[in-house]
Amino acid sequence: MKICVTASSEGLDSEVDPRFGRCSYFIIYDPETGSVESISNVNAAASGGAGIKAAEVVANAGVGVLLTGGAGPNAFSIFAELGIDVQVGAKGTVGEAIRQYEAGELQSIRSPNSTPGFGMRKGDGKGKGMKGGGMGRGMGRGM
Amino acid sequence: MKIVIASGKGGTGKTTVSLNLALALSDVQLFDCDVEEPNCNLFLGFDLEKVEDVVCPVPVINQEKCSICRQCSDFCRYNALAALPGRILFFPSLCHGCGGCTVLCPENAIREVQRPLGVIEKAKGESYPEFYRGLLNIGETMTSAVIKRLKKYIDDRKIAILDAPPGTACPVIASVEGMSYCVLVTESTPFGLHDLRLAVDVVRTIKIPFGVIINRYGLGDSRVEEYCNAEGIPVLLKIPNDRKIAELYSQGIPFVREMPEWREKFLGVSEAIKLQLAVKEELTI
Repeated sequence: MKICVTASSEGLDSEVDPRFGRCSYFIIYDPETGSVESISNVNAAASGGAGIKAAEVVANAGVGVLLTGGAGPNAFSIFAELGIDVQVGAKGTVGEAIRQYEAGELQSIRSPNSTPGFGMRKGDGKGKGMKGGGMGRGMGRGM
Repeated sequence: MKIVIASGKGGTGKTTVSLNLALALSDVQLFDCDVEEPNCNLFLGFDLEKVEDVVCPVPVINQEKCSICRQCSDFCRYNALAALPGRILFFPSLCHGCGGCTVLCPENAIREVQRPLGVIEKAKGESYPEFYRGLLNIGETMTSAVIKRLKKYIDDRKIAILDAPPGTACPVIASVEGMSYCVLVTESTPFGLHDLRLAVDVVRTIKIPFGVIINRYGLGDSRVEEYCNAEGIPVLLKIPNDRKIAELYSQGIPFVREMPEWREKFLGVSEAIKLQLAVKEELTI
């Protein structure tokens, strides 16, 4: 069963990126063959729906397990539909994250643990990014 | 003449200026474009009636006809469609209703239904000023669509005053676009100045003539005035940080109603705007 890890650059030695929809790369690792594929996240800077597009990439790569920092409600609905196991808490490099997963050190999440727009950098165009901060006035108004 | 009242920072007095300006002038239409929380009518107390439902056409996909060719999901720039291995999944809250997916679908598997976003309301009967507002449904994010629809009620023969939402994002652009003049309301505080600069960037970019009203004048320092002078931005009016004005506000009374001298000052604002627009027109000719 293929494993996807969100990362800041290519390959097993890159650092885990805790953001899902707005990570730089998806590293797809196949434990059966040992193959490693790095897919650039072309939607990392999308103004909206980055999580949906990222989940689409992961779904179409045939991934069974996703190691990342968190997923919002839109992306999570795709994982739930396809039965993709989302595990959080990985630290260090992609290689280390896979080892932590195989050792059973990570936790599955059963509901979204992030909000749309999480992980947008300052200057991305919207005033969001407070994890668990909810939607206040001035947030989520940019559609 | 279409005057939009905007600001960068929230709470600087857009509604105060909109209401008092509308009440000082005659033959006016007032539009509350802050559709997420319209508050003009707190001060007007009109009975409102719905004149229109604002809807967004969204796709319904017939999964039996769909071949998952991905044309719709690749096309959607708002990422409202996800092509999964087994089916296309649709996220209504992201859809802007462009209809592109329906047009592109080679299998004719997409039909459109109308998703409600909010309503347009109007003051019942003959009101003064003539008053319209948009009201976005709770939880909805398609703010600009409701604002654009609201602006269809502008009557070019009258003076339109639009109370815009705060900030500098899409809902503000949707309010300011196409108007003859933009009044930026600010206050002399560090936040006021910071957000005024952002708002000035917006109106300059979309090339709308503009001027500034400083509210709660006397508060903070002189940096807003210095900035306006340096940038050649006209200061149309200074509303003092006055206890009586604040008390009237807290009772829901626009202060021109109780302080008639201010009616003249708001008329002066309108005259200054007309003059600025006339000079600009002369320069372009």
